[in-house]
This record gives sequence, C-alpha cells and structure tokens, in this order.
Amino acid sequence: MLTIRKYVKAADLEEAWQLNQKKRNVILGGMLWLRMCNRSIDTAIDLSALGLDKIEESETEFSIGCMCTLRDIELHEGLYAYSGAVRAAVKDIVGVQMRNLATVGGSLYGRYGFSDPLTAFLGLESEVELYKGGRIPLKEYLHMPYDNDILVRVIVKKQDLQCAFECVRNARTDFSVLNVAVTHAGGRHFAVVGARPMKAFLVEDEQNLLAEPTDENKRAFAEYVAETVPTGSNLRGSAAYRRHLARVLTLRALDRIGGQD
Amino acid sequence: MIVTITLNGKKITEDVAPDLPLLDFVRNHGCKSAKRGCDSANCGLCTVFCDDKPILSCSFLAVRADGRKITTLEGLQKEAAEFGAFIADQGAEQCGFCNPGMIMNAIALFRENPDPSDEEIKAYLAGNLCRCSGYEGQMRGIKAFIAHRKAKEVNDATGQ
Repeated sequence: MLTIRKYVKAADLEEAWQLNQKKRNVILGGMLWLRMCNRSIDTAIDLSALGLDKIEESETEFSIGCMCTLRDIELHEGLYAYSGAVRAAVKDIVGVQMRNLATVGGSLYGRYGFSDPLTAFLGLESEVELYKGGRIPLKEYLHMPYDNDILVRVIVKKQDLQCAFECVRNARTDFSVLNVAVTHAGGRHFAVVGARPMKAFLVEDEQNLLAEPTDENKRAFAEYVAETVPTGSNLRGSAAYRRHLARVLTLRALDRIGGQD
Repeated sequence: MIVTITLNGKKITEDVAPDLPLLDFVRNHGCKSAKRGCDSANCGLCTVFCDDKPILSCSFLAVRADGRKITTLEGLQKEAAEFGAFIADQGAEQCGFCNPGMIMNAIALFRENPDPSDEEIKAYLAGNLCRCSGYEGQMRGIKAFIAHRKAKEVNDATGQ
C-alpha cells in the first residue's frame, strides 16, 4: 500500500529539487507504477504547475517536458512525422486512460525493464535534461544510479535518422515480451533491445556488417544482436525465446527502415 | 489539504487526505458508477474525465484534481443512456460491472473521433476489460450506434 503524508505542488524547480533531497520524498510522475509500490512517502512533489507538459518543436529538435503524457507523445504530429518509433512504442500500452496519466519523465526516470518508451527514445539518440546535471545522452543516463536530480525534459535532436520500433506482446495491452528499436543514422546502425526483461541494452554495428544492407548482411546483424544481448526468463517468456525474438524483431525493424514493409 | 473540485458541474470544496485516490473521492460523493475492478491500472472500470480527458481515477490523487473539472457517468446521463441502449440491445454483457467504464471511454472516443474504423475502436477501447464477453456484442453495439447517429445526421440535414 502507498501512503502519502503531505502533497506539495512545487512553485519552481528549485523548490522541487530541495524537497527531493530527502529520501522519503518523491517526485510524482503519472503515479501508475508508484501506486503499485508498498511505500510510505513523506512528501509527494508534483511538477504539474511548472508548464512542463508541452512538446516544443524547433528546426533542430523536439523538447518534450517531463510531465507530457504518453498520449501527448503518441498524438504529436511533428514527432510522428520525424519518426514513427515513439507512437509505435506507446500505442498499445494498457489503454488511452492510462496513457493520459503516465508521464514521459516518469517512464524515463524509472529506466524500467519493461519500458517501451525507453527503447524508442534510445533509438532516437535522445538526450535528457536534468535540473542540476544538465543535458546528457539518454544512453548515459540509462546506467546512472537513481539520484535526487530532476529529469526536466527529453530532447530529440532532428538528424538524418531512420528508426523503427518492433515488439511482441502476449496480449495486446500487456507488457512487451521483448521490444527492439533499430536505428540508421549518419551511416551507422545500432539496435536497442528492451524488456529483455531487464532494461534496454544497446548493440552497435561495430563490425559494420550493414555497410551494404543486403538480406544476407541484415541476417548477420540480426544474428549478432541476438548473440550479444543478454536475456532473462520470467512469466512472459524464457531467455531462449527472447533471444529468438531479438533476431526476428531486429530483422523486421531493419526491413522497415530499409523501406520494406 | 483543502481542494476545490468541480464534480459533474457542482463545485465541491473539501479537506482530503494527500493519498486519497480520485476514485474514492467520486464514490464518496455518490458517483458509484466508477469502480475499482483491478486496482492495478489495467481494467478501465474507474474511468472518469479530468478536464474532458478519460483517465484512471484509481491512479490519480484527488489532490491533483484541485481546480479541475471531473466528470463521471452520473454527469453524462443523456449521452450514456443513448449509447448504452445500443449495448443493451446486443445483450453485450452479462454482469454489466465493466459497462460504466466502457461507456465513459466510448463517449471519449466519439468526441475525439466521431466516425472511427473497427481498428480505431479496438485501439481506443483496449484498456477497458470485460470478463464476461469476447467484446463482439460491444463491437456490434458501437457500430449500430455510429450507424444510427449517421442516419440521424442525414435525416436532420434533409429535414426529415
């Protein structure tokens, strides 16, 4: 059961940050995951009065406030026109009502094993903006400890990039058994494999197997991803099944970014 | 904490506990259509509108609704009765426990997309679980309602 002693709607980020330095205080995202926890919170800190629920698009980037909901990023036409990966990653998460609550900041801060948005935003080579820590690549943030900083925004830089997201679910709205994003940017390829069931893992095409994107080379890269990525077993699937899925989904995503449906 | 919440058009100012879910707040105020079906943010039975957007009231703190407009099925009687009749006509559900949540979300769907395709209906209502049915009856009812509304619009436009 979750108990909260006090609720504070922060007037600015500094107030939120000060409050967040105490171990028993917590910043609220959409509260979908937090509410399932058996936890006693002293002060719940709400960022919803800080105007962080907007997606700003400039010529060079998308700046997504941490309080944007998964539904906001699903429906944003500019983001969708840039890459379909984000919409593909969130559209089957539980239901519209849930996606109207779950926040981008909460999803990425949690760096959850099951996360679909984490995989997609890694595929888009995103950055996160931390209140004290500044802008850092999401792939670095992925490995940072859970600290008391505040994830303020997610930034998706516009670049010559193609990214496709694929996942397998046992039922439409369940957690993914495995999810994969494959990216082609600036002549490089890499795959992100999430819901392994551990948090997302990046596999670069270090051997440049995809210099020539022939069917044979695509199969070789998919094989390499499957061999490289550590997988585990849980209720939704075995480690071996996930390894198999990693190969198949990488191949499918490669075909999609290569313009084959 | 003192909050002011507009519930179905009525302003309520009340001292609520910081951890009170909005679901319990609306039920305490007689809106029993919203229910706790799963308590794990999956079933859609607790669906209410917050500033006209469908949300899971089991996962939303009442304190976060301060200054906002909350609508439950009780506040949408006319729309709900009109659409609900089409679901009932199909005998879609056995127990009816999931019905208010599904009607709330279907109303949200029709407001956002008045003429949805089958796939759009399924995608929008995927977060509303029904354990009696296979959703076939609901699908027929929704399509019959859309057809009825379209026919009515044509009739209204031609003055019939």
